[in-house]
Amino acid sequence: MAKSLTQEFVKGLWNEVPPFRLVLGLCPTLAVTKAVENGIGMGVATAFVLVCSNILISSMRKVIPSKVRIASYIVIVATFVTIAELLMQAYTYPLFKKLGIFIPLIVVNCIILGRAEAFASKNGIFRSFLDGLGIGIGFTLSLVALAAVRELLGRGTLTLWEKPIQVMGPAFQPFSFIVEAPGAFLALGLMLCIMNLVGKK
Amino acid sequence: MREMIKMLVVLTVLSTFSGGLLAAINNKTKEKIQIQILEFVKGPAIRTIFEGITNDPIADRFEIKDNETQRSFFVGVFDGEPSAVAIETFGKGGYGGDVGLMVGIDVKEDKLIGVGVTTHSETPGMGARAESDPSFVAQFKGLSLKDPFKVTQDGGTINAISGATLTSRAVCLAASDAEKLYLQLKPQIVEKMKEFKK
Repeated sequence: MAKSLTQEFVKGLWNEVPPFRLVLGLCPTLAVTKAVENGIGMGVATAFVLVCSNILISSMRKVIPSKVRIASYIVIVATFVTIAELLMQAYTYPLFKKLGIFIPLIVVNCIILGRAEAFASKNGIFRSFLDGLGIGIGFTLSLVALAAVRELLGRGTLTLWEKPIQVMGPAFQPFSFIVEAPGAFLALGLMLCIMNLVGKK
Repeated sequence: MREMIKMLVVLTVLSTFSGGLLAAINNKTKEKIQIQILEFVKGPAIRTIFEGITNDPIADRFEIKDNETQRSFFVGVFDGEPSAVAIETFGKGGYGGDVGLMVGIDVKEDKLIGVGVTTHSETPGMGARAESDPSFVAQFKGLSLKDPFKVTQDGGTINAISGATLTSRAVCLAASDAEKLYLQLKPQIVEKMKEFKK
């Protein structure tokens, strides 16, 4: 069943939103969502890699022999990740330091290889671009949503561009467990639960 | 056979192309990244060491060639007098590799103003306290530059961080290296520093 171009884009925002619906890319989702800012940075970097690799893989899909396709995809994805890493180092160094190892780890992010294998290798360039953009934005929004919940409950702030904004009143007792690693699982589980409740027909 | 050749060609071309692209981007961003590292990794360490300076030590820096390596020196201006330099050295033998140390030296009195850890991969909560716990590096403050610095276990005066002797040794080594480097290059350093008089 062929989808319209708009559907191709919109599906990434809700029906196939990576961490919550496809339950992919959980490693960065759990690890970096301590602050909203980190979530945005990670999401944008991933979206950049996803869009670029989708376009390139889609345009080369007829040239790449199927036996070495995974190797080729990894080369392409790794190239874009390194570009993203260099650019972040050059222009947003503090953010780069905070995300640390999770930037190079985008290479092995299931979302990207998954989209390459399941979508870009079978569809045209423009469709792949829309697919990458949709999934990328969906991933970014999910990270931001999860990070906002965790940061708000755990510290009572929302951090944007290095500046924590105090949201909760002075009487607020931070629930710091939620910004720790186990809290990430708890928050993710609760959000999955809410998503499923809302999406249930 | 044909398929074999096609696989080889595609992968080779792809890898070559991406290698070239990355090299180009690396070249373009190299300088910018250097500045960022100066600002965000070395900058904080230098500014903590040079408390109360009136200049920007990142901007006021000079380089001296020591054998084959280019060394950067950061100048600290106190009360209008460029009287201190900071050098970064790397101490071998840390638990997780080399420990980078910024060493501030008072040029007038030949003594340490202070030191600060810049880069390391030591264990969090153990060796990493060399960076986060100011009481360890504070021991270096005001020491005169005569003998190499050593931890007490090795007959020196520096109390090692408990549970992190290796890290402490690496820091001492780095400080001693900086001391040696400074004493060796002192005439050139003094000469260069005159340029920063305001």
